[in-house]
Amino acid sequence: MDSSTKVGMKEEEERPHVLVVDDSLVDRKIMERLFTNSACKVTTAENGQKALELLGQGEDKHNNINHQGLKINLVVTDYCMPGMTGYDLLKKVKESCDIKEIPVIIVSSENVPTRIEKCLKEGAQEFILKPLKQSDVKKLRCQMQFTQPMKGRLCMGR
Amino acid sequence: MAAVSQLQRQFIEYTSSLYNEGYLDDQFTQLQKLQDESNPDFVVEVVSLFFEDSEKLLNNLATALQQKIVDYKQVDSHVHQFKGSSSSIGAQRVTNVCVHFRNCCEEKNLDGCLRCLQQVKHEYILVRNKLEALFRLEQQILQAGGSIPMME
Repeated sequence: MDSSTKVGMKEEEERPHVLVVDDSLVDRKIMERLFTNSACKVTTAENGQKALELLGQGEDKHNNINHQGLKINLVVTDYCMPGMTGYDLLKKVKESCDIKEIPVIIVSSENVPTRIEKCLKEGAQEFILKPLKQSDVKKLRCQMQFTQPMKGRLCMGR
Repeated sequence: MAAVSQLQRQFIEYTSSLYNEGYLDDQFTQLQKLQDESNPDFVVEVVSLFFEDSEKLLNNLATALQQKIVDYKQVDSHVHQFKGSSSSIGAQRVTNVCVHFRNCCEEKNLDGCLRCLQQVKHEYILVRNKLEALFRLEQQILQAGGSIPMME
């Protein structure tokens, strides 16, 4: 059994920064722990709107003093959210000049092939079934070592 | 010393029964693996959030099903949430009822939905009681100076 390594202070800045978007507080808490356990820095958002604000793409981005947004290396978003779905968020990220390079992972409790297809088509790096396991996150963490976003399209089913 | 090993045996037996009887599944084990010295209360914290969430959802479901004209989309949305959160903590029996509940919503079957509501409430209360008992056992072990056995 792996024991989580303690990250030293100087390594603090080098940890990848993951933005977790989910309307479920239970799932936000679990995903935060999963990613922190894999030596990532985590910020959570409860909906797409808040996520866009954190990415510096809020509605008033031109007036926003903090328009740079956080330096995010990976977005992990739930698919089913009220209002802006994970798919809508994915589209907004991929349509934006500033942040389209950030890989977006879609997570969902439902294995719907047409849903998976349209997310991958829109540029999602992967589609993972919920609930996430530590092994899913470990794999993602390894992929984040590479500076180039993954060119291949993967679907992790169970 | 005898008290600790007795409590630990009780803990192992109790936990095993929860898995064998389908109250909990592997996802609960996953949560336990996320708990460590720097996050010693992780499982209790997540489960507490689940309890709070569930109680709100049960109220919302009761209200939605009492409407003169039932909005099945709304009911389904609450059940979907309940299915998600129960699945995330490994409360398997609750999740299973939610699957059946969603079918009743799709069929706009009011009687079916009402029965599912009773069932899901029943399963939720059962798993809540069992988890609370499990946490109490853990506390007893820790207070007696022992450590919680790792379940594989």
